[in-house]
Amino acid sequence: MSDATGDTVLEVRDLKTYFFLRRGIVKAVDGVSFSLRRGEVLGLVGESGCGKSLTALSVMRLLPKGAARTVDGQVLLDGEDILTRTPNEMREIRGRKISMILQDPQTSLNPVFTVGDQLREAISRRTRGRKSEAMREAVEALRRVDISAPEQRIGQFPHQMSGGMKQRVVGAIAISGHPEVLIADEPTTALDVTIQLQYLKLLQRLQQETGMAILFITHDFGVVARMCDRVAVMYAGRIVECGPVAQVFDSPSHPYTQALIASVPKMTGSTERLYTIEGQPPSLMDLPVGCRFAPRCPHAERRCVEAYPASFTVGAEHTADCWRLAAR
Amino acid sequence: MSGGELNGRQQGEPLLRVERLRKYYPFTRGILFAKTLGHVKAVDDVSFTLQAGETLGLVGESGCGKTTTSKLILNLEEPTEGRILLEGQPIHGLSGDALRRYRAQVQAVFQDPWSSLNPRMTIGRTIAESLIVTGWGDRATIGDRVSQLLEQVGLRRDQSTQYPHEFSGGQRQRIALAAALASEPHLIVLDEPVSALDVSIRAQMMNLLKDIQAQTHVAYLLVAHDLATVRHMADYTAVMYLGKIVEYGPTQALFDNVAHPYTKALFSAVLPPHPDRREEEIVLAGEVPSPLNPPSGCRFHTRCPFVMERCPREEPPLIEIRPGHLAACHLHTEAAPASTPSRMH
Repeated sequence: MSDATGDTVLEVRDLKTYFFLRRGIVKAVDGVSFSLRRGEVLGLVGESGCGKSLTALSVMRLLPKGAARTVDGQVLLDGEDILTRTPNEMREIRGRKISMILQDPQTSLNPVFTVGDQLREAISRRTRGRKSEAMREAVEALRRVDISAPEQRIGQFPHQMSGGMKQRVVGAIAISGHPEVLIADEPTTALDVTIQLQYLKLLQRLQQETGMAILFITHDFGVVARMCDRVAVMYAGRIVECGPVAQVFDSPSHPYTQALIASVPKMTGSTERLYTIEGQPPSLMDLPVGCRFAPRCPHAERRCVEAYPASFTVGAEHTADCWRLAAR
Repeated sequence: MSGGELNGRQQGEPLLRVERLRKYYPFTRGILFAKTLGHVKAVDDVSFTLQAGETLGLVGESGCGKTTTSKLILNLEEPTEGRILLEGQPIHGLSGDALRRYRAQVQAVFQDPWSSLNPRMTIGRTIAESLIVTGWGDRATIGDRVSQLLEQVGLRRDQSTQYPHEFSGGQRQRIALAAALASEPHLIVLDEPVSALDVSIRAQMMNLLKDIQAQTHVAYLLVAHDLATVRHMADYTAVMYLGKIVEYGPTQALFDNVAHPYTKALFSAVLPPHPDRREEEIVLAGEVPSPLNPPSGCRFHTRCPFVMERCPREEPPLIEIRPGHLAACHLHTEAAPASTPSRMH
């Protein structure tokens, strides 16, 4: 899918986003680094509470006001750190250079405006053009996301559309500004399986047409296998493994990645007991000093508990944070 | 036309028998002199049986009628037509003690454990509730049973004094299961029991459900959209589309030899287990039509890649295509020997 030019469009360096509560500090994102190349689809997988969505919101600078704050790190978009931009400058960047699709289209669309109004708002902010022109562009945008009879649909309200169609509208709004980076945060989780496949195909086509890079946030390894070029696995606020999709599936190197892949029910093979990971992820308020997966890890040793492991290279562009890899 | 008995093995009365079940919801306009404009045919002529200790998976997308079917079985809705029998006894029209006994025998676990747990009650009290209602015994007996249930679902007995918010999502689902198990039910309706859980927790819950079935011989009606989950859990699988069962069979046989085009599309929408196995995909055109005005003939004909001339005209019967494996599709009625002579010309 990607032409692997090595041309980085988004680079996140040592990002830290914490919640400051009376009870303590919740280190939801605690030193996340990754890069996204032009035209590439990078999957960010992990379970609830691992910090994957908060990473996306930190990059978009859309953190919930007052609660969470990015305390450290850099987010380089085309080489410029957008964490230092003013809110006004960010408004210009969002939608045009970097854009986002959320899980539930219901929360992204305003129920009291027609989809046409909402599309036009996104378009006219960019073109500052005439109303009729924006209208034409809005119809075109709907057609691009495979909505049939867009001239009629444009006058409809979100509640008159199905979930899949609403998510298409959200997609149309997100790409209306021709962003270089699209963050898709579990865009198909609320959709039925056959509609999910339609939507994934649509995203893939749009990605190929526009050459934008996609950061695809998901909990589903199937989505990663279907969509992504590379994948980063997150656990308790850190990326524990990152590499090309085929390599990570063939030889997962972090015990957490191994366990995640093994515990998914499969469509072939035995239907006997599923592999399980015992226990729960650690509290983000009281993180272990060493490897965060150590309390649940079947291979944990003393050094795992004592210090956080370094990132070890296990293959071309494939790294994992696990002390066991140091011995090799 | 229903194909008659599903899973009709002759070994006495099955635990659950669903016969020609229909549920139509009127669609009205106006408030005082409401006019019925039509009916949403949520469940339209569904029949199946379920044996004790077995699991039937009910698969389909939103609006296919799987949740309505489970509500009818839970006796939360009255059917428009048809019957449901538990151990040979019709379940609708029960009242008083008979209804209370039914509720003890048929329990449910839903997708979101928040909705089934009272946030102001300790979990011990929530689990004890159904025991108190059914008159299980005195305080001490009930207390013992609660401890036993907590251990059965993998929690500690001392956790009974804690409140739901003190638990994780996976633990809350275990508590909901303990509450469902309290009255020693013969059937538990599992409505998407693992789809809200994280991958690693999901596997724990699925193993636990299987262990409990092995211990207690309880039957499960598993409502799910995830085919891999159904494959791991269910002995039999029924695929529903717009209120009808379109395919039914022993899970392994059905998964090995998918017969109905809709089931094929569902299977091809399952995401690959590995990036190298991005198989040929059947992408269905459009979305599920409105159950208010379902398509004529075969309800799937508007989206079917194999649609034939007779599909919009004739509704295909649910027929046995292999022993125990049924499908409602003209591709298979065509193949029946009776229809060959007319096709010779």
